[in-house]
Amino acid sequence: MSILLDIDHIDMVFPTPKGPFTALSDVSLKIKKGEFVSLIGHSGCGKSTVLNVVAGLYQASKGGVVLNGKEVNEPGPERAVVFQNHSLLPWLSAYENVELAVDQVFGKSKTKAEKKEWIEHNLELVHMDHAMHKRPDEISGGMKQRVGIARALAMQPEILLMDEPFGALDALTRAHMQDSLMEIQAELNNTVIMITHDVDEAVLLSDRIVMMTNGPAATVGEILDINLERPRDRLSLAEDPEYTHLRSEVLKFLYEKQRKVEPISRKSLSGSKKKTEAA
Amino acid sequence: MTTITALFSKINDSHIASERFKGVSGDLAKVIVFPMLGILGFLLLWSVAAQNIDTSLGKFPGPASVVEQFGNLYEEHVREREKAEAFYERQEKRNADRMAKDPDFVPKIRDYTGKETFLDQIITSLVTVVSGFLLAAAIAIPLGIAVGLSKPLNSAVNPIVQIFKPVSPLAWLPLVTMVVSALYNTPDPSVPKSFLNSMITVTLCCLWPMVINTSVGVASIDSDLVNVSKVLRLPPLTHVRKIVLPASIPMIFTGMRLSFGVAWMVLIAAEMLAQNPGLGKFVWDEFQNGSSDSLSRIMAAVLVIGFIGFLLDRGMLQIQRYVSWDKASADR
Ligand SMILES: Nc1ncnc2c1ncn2[C@@H]1O[C@H](COP(=O)(O)OP(=O)(O)O)[C@@H](O)[C@H]1O
Ligand SMILES: [Mg+2]
Repeated sequence: MSILLDIDHIDMVFPTPKGPFTALSDVSLKIKKGEFVSLIGHSGCGKSTVLNVVAGLYQASKGGVVLNGKEVNEPGPERAVVFQNHSLLPWLSAYENVELAVDQVFGKSKTKAEKKEWIEHNLELVHMDHAMHKRPDEISGGMKQRVGIARALAMQPEILLMDEPFGALDALTRAHMQDSLMEIQAELNNTVIMITHDVDEAVLLSDRIVMMTNGPAATVGEILDINLERPRDRLSLAEDPEYTHLRSEVLKFLYEKQRKVEPISRKSLSGSKKKTEAA
Repeated sequence: MTTITALFSKINDSHIASERFKGVSGDLAKVIVFPMLGILGFLLLWSVAAQNIDTSLGKFPGPASVVEQFGNLYEEHVREREKAEAFYERQEKRNADRMAKDPDFVPKIRDYTGKETFLDQIITSLVTVVSGFLLAAAIAIPLGIAVGLSKPLNSAVNPIVQIFKPVSPLAWLPLVTMVVSALYNTPDPSVPKSFLNSMITVTLCCLWPMVINTSVGVASIDSDLVNVSKVLRLPPLTHVRKIVLPASIPMIFTGMRLSFGVAWMVLIAAEMLAQNPGLGKFVWDEFQNGSSDSLSRIMAAVLVIGFIGFLLDRGMLQIQRYVSWDKASADR
């Protein structure tokens, strides 16, 4: 299949008060149409930065992002983003949140009735039709995330970008959401980049897992193809030797090859220092 | 055995019932009983203190004499209205008579120039404070949004706001008065100069807190929401209308309530200082008058000023509750 998105030798350098900070160095990744790619890596390695560059919210310091043969430099609805903290407008109902996106993307090309139908269709897709006139503060975290996904899907994006979409949810809700996402994926076959720090989630959902090295100057470490048959079922997969193998590959990368060394000791040290100062 | 359990359940029931009753009566106490006690205590303290304060205008007025003055003030208002009516009646009759004698006569209608009553002064002050406040909002909210959205504009405007914010609007009053009389000199003004002076003073007082709160509200919008707007490529005006304005409504209202309260206080002082019509002038006139009733009339005015200030704040709160999506912010 053809290449839809080409992340081409990207560097990202942030200016900080302590001088420039190189978050990403030479990140390259080609994504085919209809592919589900997970980005996994330790917290702070630069996963969100990659996603924000693809979304156009950050400008790469070097290199570029090519979508459908055209370079992209600014955000747009063809690269819809699902943010970690739902980012629904709190003063609008679920329906109105999706409506804002649909009005903007299909303002002229759809009639009022068509738009209404399209909004309701997308909310049904994420099983939120029963609560579509509720505001974000009246629904649970999982439901908010569902609406966020519906809003992104309603833009009919070329590629769906998800930054730890289920990271803030409890384990049970998360499993539920993963199943929903697989179901939607089976129907729409979207191209997706999803950031996660959950190994099971990555293996369960993806066609490929891109594992990033630790920052600074993080880059793509290894890429793991997941050729498990679809539809996938979390229960039967649990005993599947192939699944177990893939899972341990990711774990090995994260906890042997890219072990994160620093935090705990240093933090507790500075903590005790403060305490002595206070005393 | 059964009787014991029955007894227990009965005790339990009555316990629950009393708990429930306590809940209701607790609310009742909070809403009615304790405030009443507070007011009674204050009245008691006031009357005792009043009896022990001798001024050159007699004893300090206690609650009773203030209540009496409320009655007097109202009667004076009614009497003044009757006088005005009588005046217009006489004028009409006179004009009609002259017209009957001389068909070419063009009648001149003169306004009644009686003394403004306490009620008139209340209305004047209210109209002034509301107009000044609305004018300030019309300037401050767009400005605040622009400043909140643009970092360069923020850096440009911030020092000016920071310097003018701590200035008492009363300090502006002489300047405002001079500028108004220089620029606004139509021979037959539709709005009196004194009204403009007071109103602009109120505007100056409201402007800074509103600009600051609006701009802070706008600048502190959740960056995720701004990103949503970017991904959707919302045009600038839609971005302001659909994202910025609703997101900062709670902060905008905080600024509005803050400045409205201060504006009411400042207006009264400005009216006293500049002899502009309104409650402040009423207080000042009574003070200059120096009759034995003056103090109790001033005290009546003080109570009215306080009560109106309270009502204005409540009104703003209700509007905020109605307009704002963030119901919690209205209760802060
Ligand atoms: N806007 C920014 N300015 C400066 N440094 C940033 C910025 N965004 C991210 N970083 C830094 O880049 C690194 C990667 O961040 P991020 O992409 O958010 O990590 P992840 O999503 O993998 O947890 C971190 O060290 C972070 O401090
Ligand atoms: Mg992140």
